[in-house]
Amino acid sequence: MTQPLLSVENLSTWFHTSSGVARSVDGVSFAIGAGETLGIVGESGCGKSVTALSILRLIQPPGRIEAGSRIMFEGKDIVTLDDKGMRGIRGNRISMIFQEPMSALNPVFTVGDQVAEVARVHGNGSRQDAWNRAVEMLSLTGIPSPEERAKQYPHQLSGGMRQRVLIAMALMMTPALIIADEPTTALDVTIQAQILELLVELQNRLGTSILMITHDLGVIAETASRVVVMYGGEVVEEAEVKTLFAGAHHPYTEGLMNAMPQITASRGRLNVIPGTVPSPTEWPSGCRFRDRCSYAWERCEREHPPLYQISGSHTSRCHLAVEPERRAHPHLPLVEQANATV
Amino acid sequence: MAAFLGRRIAQGAVVVALVATIVFLLIRLAPGDPFAASMADPRISESVRNEWRRSYGLDLPISQQYLRYVASVAKGDLGFSFSLQRPVRSVLADALPNTLLLMAVALIASFAAGIAVALAQVRRRGRLSDRVLGGVSLLFFSVPDFWLALLILTLFAYWGPFPIGGAVDPTSHDLLGPAGRIVDRLNHVVLPALTLTLLYFPLIARHQRAALLDELPSDYVTTARSKGLTEKAILSRHTLRNALLPVIALFGLAFPALLTGAVFVEKVFSWPGMGLTIVNAIDSRDYPLLTACVLLGSAFVVAGGILTDLLYRRFDPRLRDEL
Repeated sequence: MTQPLLSVENLSTWFHTSSGVARSVDGVSFAIGAGETLGIVGESGCGKSVTALSILRLIQPPGRIEAGSRIMFEGKDIVTLDDKGMRGIRGNRISMIFQEPMSALNPVFTVGDQVAEVARVHGNGSRQDAWNRAVEMLSLTGIPSPEERAKQYPHQLSGGMRQRVLIAMALMMTPALIIADEPTTALDVTIQAQILELLVELQNRLGTSILMITHDLGVIAETASRVVVMYGGEVVEEAEVKTLFAGAHHPYTEGLMNAMPQITASRGRLNVIPGTVPSPTEWPSGCRFRDRCSYAWERCEREHPPLYQISGSHTSRCHLAVEPERRAHPHLPLVEQANATV
Repeated sequence: MAAFLGRRIAQGAVVVALVATIVFLLIRLAPGDPFAASMADPRISESVRNEWRRSYGLDLPISQQYLRYVASVAKGDLGFSFSLQRPVRSVLADALPNTLLLMAVALIASFAAGIAVALAQVRRRGRLSDRVLGGVSLLFFSVPDFWLALLILTLFAYWGPFPIGGAVDPTSHDLLGPAGRIVDRLNHVVLPALTLTLLYFPLIARHQRAALLDELPSDYVTTARSKGLTEKAILSRHTLRNALLPVIALFGLAFPALLTGAVFVEKVFSWPGMGLTIVNAIDSRDYPLLTACVLLGSAFVVAGGILTDLLYRRFDPRLRDEL
């Protein structure tokens, strides 16, 4: 990859609240090439959505992108861009698809109007041109009888239809990058598959890059070529999708893989990662996953692990990279031990 | 839609009939009558007063009086005002247009000003100008209406280009052409309407500001930002349309004021409107006039409710599919 389309360097987005500074995103770096699909995976509270919003600078106070962060896109640093320049990128060069198609659309305007609005802001055609383009995009996303549907309000459409509307909206100006934040989470499983297929098909047709943010490794497997695993506001592992599924290195990624229900496995309790994500106002010292990790030893408390290179483009933020022999001796994680003594 | 309107109007008619009945009874239960209270002239003997009462049917049992009243209202006859010695219909025909003009101007100006102030405040939320506008609103909200009316009257009596009393110029109005008459009326409406606007806009601004702030964290606002819209466009287009609903409810509640007017402000500016008419009617126990005013008032309350529902449907498409 020569010149990435988007490179996020040392991104920190902190929320300065009365109960302390929440370091929701804390020194995250990754890059996306043209036409590539990068997946970001992690559980709720790991900072993946805040990362997505930071790229479009949609973080509202008390949240703030901290000094030292850089988001390079088409030769410009998004972090220091003026408001006018930023608006020129939003919806035009980078657009976003949101998680809740129910609430992401304004209930009082027709869907056609909301899709056309993107072209009214960024295009230089007439209102009628914008409308025609909106109908065309609705049709492209597989909405039947788009002329009539465009005149309907969000509450008159099903969840899957509304997500198609959001996709049409995101594709209006044929952006270089689409950020899809959990685009299928709120949908039925059958509709999920249709929407993912649609995204991949449109990407192939238009050559757009996609940043796919999800908690679902299945979605990553179907769409992405490379994956970044986030935990505690940090990148904990990055690899090609094939590499990751063949052998995850970080114990957290391992836990995520084991937590996927297997249809071939015998019935029994689902595997879970014990404990919950710690509060972003007080990350633990050393490794942020150590309380929930079944390999943690005293080094993990003492020393914050760097991103170790495992092989080629595979990196992992775990001391097991330098002391691999410890993997042979799993034990109960700290949170389980605490529960056991109570 | 037609079914909805028909049902609401039928319900409204029942409400108005009930209100008229209750008022008819309540007034007659109150102490005093038209010929005892207001005409306390010792030279008029009790037998003369009784003769007057008989001529207006006030000596009949209440049930018969009620039947006679219902029969005459059904024929469109609102009765004869005791105190003004004119048909009630002609009293209302004089006062009602004046009040409708004053209150319509005042209500429209209050809502326009209230919404504009709220938008300006929310655009600068948390900053000094937000707090200053909020403080000014609160000040006008707390001022007594007659005091503000007197203040404005005094100010403009010295410096103002606007007339300070009456609904028309008593000397020149009848000599003016049609356009001149309209200008004359509008000139006279400025000061009382300004007073009422200053009194009403703070309530609307406060409600509108709160409603806008409630809408701002919505997901659709983030979507609008991600499309590249300016904050101004997001606020005045996306957020305002959703935040109008609570203010529409307020409009429905304020709508009956179109009829009852504002007594003190009408008094200070000698505005010959409904407010003064109603106060005089109560004072002189003018049963037919008072009952007619309340009848009209309840009709306005019902109309305000129907108007609110229609506006809700206009501004929130989700309500259009409901019955």
